[in-house]
Amino acid sequence: MKITMAHGSGGESTSALIRDVFAKHFHNEILDKLEDSAVVPGAGRLAVTTDSFVVTPILFPGGDIGRLCVCGTVNDLLMSGARPMYLTCGCILEEGLDIDVLDKVIASMAETANEAGIKIITGDTKVIENKGGEPGLIINTSGVGFIDDNLDVPGPFKLQDEDQIIISGNLGDHHAAILGTRMGIESNIVSDAAPLCEMVNKLLNEGIRVHAMRDVTRGGLGTVLNEFSSSSKCTIELEEEALPVSPAVRDFCGILGLDPMYMGNEGKMVLAVHKDDAQKAVSLIKTSKYGENCCIIGKVSKLEESSDNNSVVLNTKIGGKRIIGLMYGEGLPRIC
Amino acid sequence: MMDLKEIVKALKEYDGEEVRIMEVCGTHTASISENGIPSMLSDKIKLISGPGCPVCVTVTAVIDKLVELSMREDTIVLTFGDLIRVKGSSKSLADAKGDGAHVKMVYSPMETVKLAEADPDHTYVFAAIGFETTTPVYAMVLEKAIEKGLKNLKLLTSLKTMPQVIRWVVNNGGGIDGFIAPGHVATITGSNEYKELSEELGIPFVVSGFEGPQLLTTIYALVSMKGKTGVRNMYKGAVTESGNNKAKEIVNKYFVPSDASWRGMGKIPGSGMVLRDEYRMFDAGSYDLDEDHMPVGCCCASVLVGKIKPCDCPLFGKSCTPDNAHGACMVSTEGSCYNYFVSGRK
Repeated sequence: MKITMAHGSGGESTSALIRDVFAKHFHNEILDKLEDSAVVPGAGRLAVTTDSFVVTPILFPGGDIGRLCVCGTVNDLLMSGARPMYLTCGCILEEGLDIDVLDKVIASMAETANEAGIKIITGDTKVIENKGGEPGLIINTSGVGFIDDNLDVPGPFKLQDEDQIIISGNLGDHHAAILGTRMGIESNIVSDAAPLCEMVNKLLNEGIRVHAMRDVTRGGLGTVLNEFSSSSKCTIELEEEALPVSPAVRDFCGILGLDPMYMGNEGKMVLAVHKDDAQKAVSLIKTSKYGENCCIIGKVSKLEESSDNNSVVLNTKIGGKRIIGLMYGEGLPRIC
Repeated sequence: MMDLKEIVKALKEYDGEEVRIMEVCGTHTASISENGIPSMLSDKIKLISGPGCPVCVTVTAVIDKLVELSMREDTIVLTFGDLIRVKGSSKSLADAKGDGAHVKMVYSPMETVKLAEADPDHTYVFAAIGFETTTPVYAMVLEKAIEKGLKNLKLLTSLKTMPQVIRWVVNNGGGIDGFIAPGHVATITGSNEYKELSEELGIPFVVSGFEGPQLLTTIYALVSMKGKTGVRNMYKGAVTESGNNKAKEIVNKYFVPSDASWRGMGKIPGSGMVLRDEYRMFDAGSYDLDEDHMPVGCCCASVLVGKIKPCDCPLFGKSCTPDNAHGACMVSTEGSCYNYFVSGRK
């Protein structure tokens, strides 16, 4: 069965689609009421975020657009130190989309939301004409999280001298998985799309002094650290030797001339942590799901008054130094 | 034989006469930046990026021709990513695409065969730029096209060869003491090609691989060979004396040496290749594309021959950045300006 314009008419076909696909997978006491808006309990401080997902292919090694859109929004909430609570789901379907594919995506959203402990509380579906090519699927998710009353919310401008820079795992997997699929390159690389709830919750519960925290998505580690460095007016020194990249991704990058430093991930975060808490943070993350390759990759080396000298410097394996600048050059195809 | 540690120390502490070393391979340029090699050398050792990035040495007439072809109703231009953003005399292929031109980025020239075969109503033109390394692939594309009887596949060629441009740079550039010979090119041509050149120019050549330690060893060899002639091969795993004869054969089957126009350097005799007369039906109009329109203030020409460093160009990092490149050297990820810019080289 394929999606037709009738599925967006608001009539019986729409109701059937909602019932047979969305309501089948999404269940909770709030959503099941199917009201015009979801009415939910709140908190003193809320984190709110929204993100739209247009990735092709819809299904890819290690995930699909459904898992991706939940992880992306959940991780954005987590990075503000929030506990993810509610998620909305807006789907724009192109006519001709296979309903079996949609079913897989929605099932995957439900499973990932369940894993992340976030409730999908409201949603909407529209159908648009197919403008040629493989029929696509666009999903927008907005998320709401609660922030603990006493939490000093981390931010890119809060780095301190001697903070340790920690990465939660290998770089570049999602980017390589998507690009490899599009280019028809066979490999065993799979996307790292994952919700980072367990590791972030552990850090919050243990009172680790996390000064800045960011999920490493489009633009990669290089882009995030440049933002840290310019917002906090500091130099960040990285050790190339320490950067975790799987051999398969390293080979993939070698063939295509890509730099893992600028590749997107969907289940990785980078943190600046007080130096005395860094080792503990690493062991907390390492013992969490998706954190087994966590390690310290560098440090904040100096805070500068003037913003002219801020930079991210990489100490290369052979003993050289190079500046990790902003990402430039040919933007690769959209991967999220 | 010194080990790497001793070489690193020697390169940092070198205090002899200044040595100016040129690399003429874009992949070397990129690897030197990635490994942070400039930060490991004494001030007396200067690395200069030569004309080794195929996109950077392409004259604007070639871009203009591609733009013109892409605007035709029945033609689709296929290209590698880097070239798409290089400006011709007025616009780039990316600009033309925005105006509705038919431009498609591909990862391999072989895709041209597939696309042309599937769509006989359109002519597919591949922007065939490159050095000795890429030319065999274009020859293979033609071989496949002939085998399949395709009439709707053409090449717009801007093919260059190394030895003559190296000669030109030495005779017109800024005192080069040694060359890191292009590793990829040498896998095809063999290291022998540089023997004669070394004797003629009185300058040493070292064939190098692309890893950091290999490059350091090569640089050290060139420092110690200053003032001498000779060729040393530090990339024996891939480069032989005579090169890849199969690749040379297929290139000779379809292409013949010709004069070629280089960005900022003009026409250099015998420095390129064009399709043989009997295969001209596959040519999309590559002859006499010599015009070279440099943007005002752009110093790419002086950068390419090592007369100035990228950061000495008045536009560098100011109005010319990778997001808004004036010259081709700032566009390509193998370009000298791009590499200086993104890795903070000074």
